[in-house]
Amino acid sequence: MKKKSIFKYSAQDRMLLTIGYILLGLFVIAIIVPMVYIVVASFMDPITLQNKGITFDFSKWTTTAYERVMTNAQIWIGFKNAVIYSVLFTVVSVVVTLLAAYPLSRADFRGKGFFNIVFMITMFFGGGLIPTYLVVSNLGLVDSMWAVILPGAFSVWNMTIARTYYRGIPQELREAADVDGASELTFFFKILLPVCTPVIAVLTLWQFVGMWNSYFDAMIYLNDSAKQPLQLVLRSILIQNQPESGMIADMQSTAARAQLAELLKYATIIISSLPLLIMYPFFQKYFDSGIMAGAVKG
Amino acid sequence: MKTNSTTVSNVKQGNTSTKLHNSLVYIRQHWQLYVIFMMPAFLLTLIFKYAPMSGILIAFQDYNPFRGVFGSEWVGLKHFTRFMTSPDFMGYLVNTLKLSVYGMLWGFPIPIILAFLLNRIQSTGIKKKIQLVLYLPNFVSVIVLCGLVRIILSVTGPVNLLLGTEINFMTMPEAFRTIYIVSGIWQGAGWASIMYTASLSNASQELKEAAVMDGANILQQIRAVEWPAIKDMVVIQFILQAGNIMSIGFEKAYALQTDLNLPASEIISTYVYRKGLIDGDYSFSTAVGLFNTVINVILLVVVNKIVARMNEGQGL
Repeated sequence: MKKKSIFKYSAQDRMLLTIGYILLGLFVIAIIVPMVYIVVASFMDPITLQNKGITFDFSKWTTTAYERVMTNAQIWIGFKNAVIYSVLFTVVSVVVTLLAAYPLSRADFRGKGFFNIVFMITMFFGGGLIPTYLVVSNLGLVDSMWAVILPGAFSVWNMTIARTYYRGIPQELREAADVDGASELTFFFKILLPVCTPVIAVLTLWQFVGMWNSYFDAMIYLNDSAKQPLQLVLRSILIQNQPESGMIADMQSTAARAQLAELLKYATIIISSLPLLIMYPFFQKYFDSGIMAGAVKG
Repeated sequence: MKTNSTTVSNVKQGNTSTKLHNSLVYIRQHWQLYVIFMMPAFLLTLIFKYAPMSGILIAFQDYNPFRGVFGSEWVGLKHFTRFMTSPDFMGYLVNTLKLSVYGMLWGFPIPIILAFLLNRIQSTGIKKKIQLVLYLPNFVSVIVLCGLVRIILSVTGPVNLLLGTEINFMTMPEAFRTIYIVSGIWQGAGWASIMYTASLSNASQELKEAAVMDGANILQQIRAVEWPAIKDMVVIQFILQAGNIMSIGFEKAYALQTDLNLPASEIISTYVYRKGLIDGDYSFSTAVGLFNTVINVILLVVVNKIVARMNEGQGL
């Protein structure tokens, strides 16, 4: 049973709360308005949009922009690559991280100090852009998807979170497994991991979202346009103002082309953001427990 | 003297050899922990983190990719002096610092305030809905965020339409920082409030009720009950952010850059990229990057010391 609030706020407190809630409300509105704007604008007639701004005259709505974006091959190549890279990266990264966190969570593990120091140093000090680029290129990974997947796959920060979570698992589980003579691997996969769902869910979500949304590594390592992930395709449309060839080529005047290019941006934003925005509410229930696990001093 | 030291070393040797023996036994019994569990992470770290560290040597050379690290000429601190005496150096350093210091001054308190407000909302249903909206922008990519900013601020965009003006914000150096920081708060403040909200909901309910019984008003409750519940988290977050002031990210600054706003938007990380991978000046770029990393490490240590002193010896 949840207890009802047992007190009344004083006048001064009520004022403070009102101001606070108004600010909170404004912030929420500030988040929603640009999103609604993009959605509405993506259906509008480009000429009206440019001259009058947004209107709610539904009679003139058009889905041209969506048709043009959806029929563009480069967008789909980008999507396909983004899915491949993000899934592979997430699997590699989460597996490597969960594995490494296990020995380090055990009190008896020999060499714990050594490994901890080796990993900790990389959190604060690194070779930097060019030396890393040279290593990747010497390994022959330029223009290979592994250049995007491997260098960032092991995250020390995430490892710390997983380790802290393991330590919170009751010791009895471990002892029970010892009695049964279970090997490390059996214990880890059959007993430990099943009770770590929140932390696994959070790490999976983070890594997937991180890879899906990043563009820097792909920009420096992948030159072949057939290997570019979605964010790089988006970058040429949204940031560099270079719509993919074929999207606007059939328009006669420069002005019409420019207007259509603007409209395409809105549709591109919607189409590219939808997958994550749909996925994320399903993970929301894990946020608190997963994030708190790592927040405990590691 | 001589005999003394030999006995000491003998004893030491004896100790280390039994220790070594114990370790070997342990490793043989638990080889899976090393080979299966640790190996992948360890190898990735060696290859992609430590191998590049040795590549830092090229900052002290005139590196030639065809001759490699061993064949290139050593030039000492040439690139460092070149960078630090160049007229642009101060500009980039100041841009970097301003962007992150201002970003932190505005951005750091907001998630905490959000958490206090969310914690006061009685209805869990409404609270959940607000949180759903607050976290949403975190899942928008940097490219989409910057695309959004460019659309909204474009000459024919909604902001200019509303104001009845035709200002091109993206080309104004003086607008860059505001754009960067405000869009950063829009995207990140809600997400950053999660950990504070979570620790606040773990705060002792009894303590809070006791405070209310004593007639504490909201500010007193915050001071006596809620602030202590999140204080440690705030300290850790502060040290991490303040210590990482020089490592402000590349992706967003680069995506918001235009040729005309460069006087404010060129920061050290974008400069390293431009010099290194676009101009191909590997050694110079590495030197600039190393300079940045070293400052960053020093800052982190200093901030940690200062905070520890203010916080009764508790730092990271």
